[in-house]
Amino acid sequence: MESPEALRDRLLARFPGASLELVANGSPSGQVSFRIDPAFLREVARFLRDDPELALDQCSNVTGLDSPDREVVETVKESQPGAPGGPPVVTERKQTRIAPGHLEVIYHLYSVARRHGPVILRARTGNRTDAVSLPSLTPVWRSCEFQEREVFDLYGVVFEGHPDLRRILMWDAFTGHPMRKDYVEPDDYEWEPTPHGDVLAKARRHYPSAAAPGAAQPSP
Amino acid sequence: MLGKGLLQGLAVTAKNLVGSYHDPARYVTQEYPEVQPKLPEAYRNFPFLVSETADDPMGTLRCVACQICEKECPPQCIYIEKSKDKKPDANGKLQIYPAVFAIDTAVCMSCQICVEVCPFDAIKMDQEFAIAATDRFDGLLLNREQLAKPNAYYHQIHPTEASEVDARLAAERRAAEEKARLAAAAKAAAPKAAAPTAAAAPGVPAASASPGSIPPPGPPPSSS
Amino acid sequence: MMLPDPASTGLARVRKIEGSALGLRTPAFAPEEGAGDLLEVSLGPHHPSTHGVFRMDVVLDGERIVRLKPVFGYLHRNHEKLGEGTSYLGSMPYTDRLDYLNSMTNNWAYAIAVEKLAGIAVTERAEYIRVILAELSRLLNHTCLAGFLMQDCGCSGTPLMYAFREREKILDLFESLSGSRMMCNFQRFGGCRVDPSAEWLAATRKLVDGYGAFLDEFEALLSGNEIVMARTQGVGRLPAALAVNAGVTGPMLRASGVGHDLRKVDGYGVYPRFNFRVPIGREGDVYDRYMVRMLEMRESISILDQALRGLPGGPILDPKSKQRGLRPKAGEAYGRIEGPKGEIGFFLVSDGTGNPTRYRVRAPSFVNLTILEDLCLGHSVADAVIILGSIDIVLGEVDR
Repeated sequence: MESPEALRDRLLARFPGASLELVANGSPSGQVSFRIDPAFLREVARFLRDDPELALDQCSNVTGLDSPDREVVETVKESQPGAPGGPPVVTERKQTRIAPGHLEVIYHLYSVARRHGPVILRARTGNRTDAVSLPSLTPVWRSCEFQEREVFDLYGVVFEGHPDLRRILMWDAFTGHPMRKDYVEPDDYEWEPTPHGDVLAKARRHYPSAAAPGAAQPSP
Repeated sequence: MLGKGLLQGLAVTAKNLVGSYHDPARYVTQEYPEVQPKLPEAYRNFPFLVSETADDPMGTLRCVACQICEKECPPQCIYIEKSKDKKPDANGKLQIYPAVFAIDTAVCMSCQICVEVCPFDAIKMDQEFAIAATDRFDGLLLNREQLAKPNAYYHQIHPTEASEVDARLAAERRAAEEKARLAAAAKAAAPKAAAPTAAAAPGVPAASASPGSIPPPGPPPSSS
Repeated sequence: MMLPDPASTGLARVRKIEGSALGLRTPAFAPEEGAGDLLEVSLGPHHPSTHGVFRMDVVLDGERIVRLKPVFGYLHRNHEKLGEGTSYLGSMPYTDRLDYLNSMTNNWAYAIAVEKLAGIAVTERAEYIRVILAELSRLLNHTCLAGFLMQDCGCSGTPLMYAFREREKILDLFESLSGSRMMCNFQRFGGCRVDPSAEWLAATRKLVDGYGAFLDEFEALLSGNEIVMARTQGVGRLPAALAVNAGVTGPMLRASGVGHDLRKVDGYGVYPRFNFRVPIGREGDVYDRYMVRMLEMRESISILDQALRGLPGGPILDPKSKQRGLRPKAGEAYGRIEGPKGEIGFFLVSDGTGNPTRYRVRAPSFVNLTILEDLCLGHSVADAVIILGSIDIVLGEVDR
């Protein structure tokens, strides 16, 4: 199979205007991936599947990924004109900004016909709240059908063009997306006190009368 | 011929029916509980704490409450509270001991990771499997006294492994004594320029040999 | 055998309601107006033929299935979230509980993913031991599957009992090596946990030598049985193109005539050193899926024989290798192996801390279920039961 750089160049030539970024991988696995503009995702996917040299006919794995908003501390250098004739005064100032979070979907593509892979595609949503839709790749690979439903269920990515986008592992009446990093689990599930502070504290919060202090203390 | 396969299959079932009366390979069920299973040596169930002797299990626990197992336990079923005071271990060295050591066997998944990460060979896997209880806490939340079992018991259930552990511990003990002896000899041979207090230092580890200096291993504070 | 004539099945009375805009997706069917009432039935969730707690929402036109939606998640415990909160070593025993018939291969797939992520080399002896255990696991899984499938066909008990009898002998080997029959927790990063003793290897050799005779007997009971053939041939055909597109892997894909086996394709571990063939089917029906597994077991016996003969000496694990407190460099890795049920893969994303930020399990049973509806349309309820059986699912892995 051609090198990732060559593939990137070929894709860029084929899809002018698509933003296509080669994402490096710091681990020894060396599995690099392509981050693709969602607007072009399905076209690129179809091309990868139908291109006779690549023939990526199998989408093996669909993974959701959550990156919450995070604070970034940056050092900003400001230079002001100093005394006349002298050098400008440079002051350093630290500022924090919120890097907006996003949801990401990663597709691992292999070729059964030509026995190569993986080619890894990734696409990001605009944010984690109202711009969470991405084009579905189920029309390209049927194997995405259940896996995209799972990503929808657990991460809340809405796949446009998915034939049957419903919850798959959680029940239909469930609210929230449990795999998101900021998901707070409810405290009213069937609890059993254990020797651990966390569970016990949660149980006491929810059932103040039932979990009397000392009820679940380990009795050495 | 239609039906040949069926007849062939019936011959197989007939062979197994007859075989189940005389062939051990075809009759494998056991009449539990009248016949108890023969467990392999590697069989593991729930963890227990190794104590050196059966007479004084709380005084001779190998556990020093380092809490590595508590941290590494995947389902988080171990709960340890360190002691405030120190007690001498089998080598006479003063060590912290677990004031509370509880394992919730209803949560434990018998994965043996606590045993692998323990640097002191203090926790091992038991083979007791018939531990049904009528109460989830009284029966299944095991405390320190219930968990402690003597080294002899460990030899009984995992003989090969226990012998290896004993040999390793003995070698470590010898190495430590040798090191202490060499250090003492080196200090004794050091030039007299060294401060006089340094010369007295070698006596400190040796002091553990005198039982008089050890506080009696009274009941642990939390056992009341 | 051919599919029955559509006119006799009731399919002639139904018409397409969805176009095939979705490429290979098989169109769903709905009855023509006035063709009779549809019956909606819930198959499962508590039924032995559903292989666990699994439900199928089935719409029936008479005895024929016109719609089938699998419903699962009853065993969901958010395994992947647990993996994010557990250290790399701590996730190893959890992988036992995915496909609880094959903890050895689950362990291996996870170990391979971590080894790729952290760049850990595996010792030679451990590679052989992994192959031995994975092939034993394949024998165990396929034997059980044949028993379950026959149970679904209605052969009440007998083949399943024979299968379980032999399975127990393999589980005894696992128990005497790892300490547990099914939750082995055996592989470690860069090797495995216990070095098999000479007695263990002798016992394995004995089992491997005798397993061919058991398979001969099992096949004499089932493979040529006219009732089994009538019941399974021509049922639930899966075309090769749909199988590949739908991500179907493992014996199911090979039964459809696609010679895709990761042991050959990826050549992971020391598999390239062994001489074995990849059986493939022609019809892609339930009988072929059964037969491919039977033939695969013969190849597994051959691999086991070669591996036991070629087992080298040496350490099973580099004593300096890090298990506890592993902190791989930030990055990601996808590792996969050919499990008995298909491609089992783990996708791990590290941010340089002791826990993965993302721990994804690519479960073969889950992906293989995608085409359940396609396979069942137009068949009767009794056929849907054996089609599900031939997919070979384990709900611990589907629901995660």
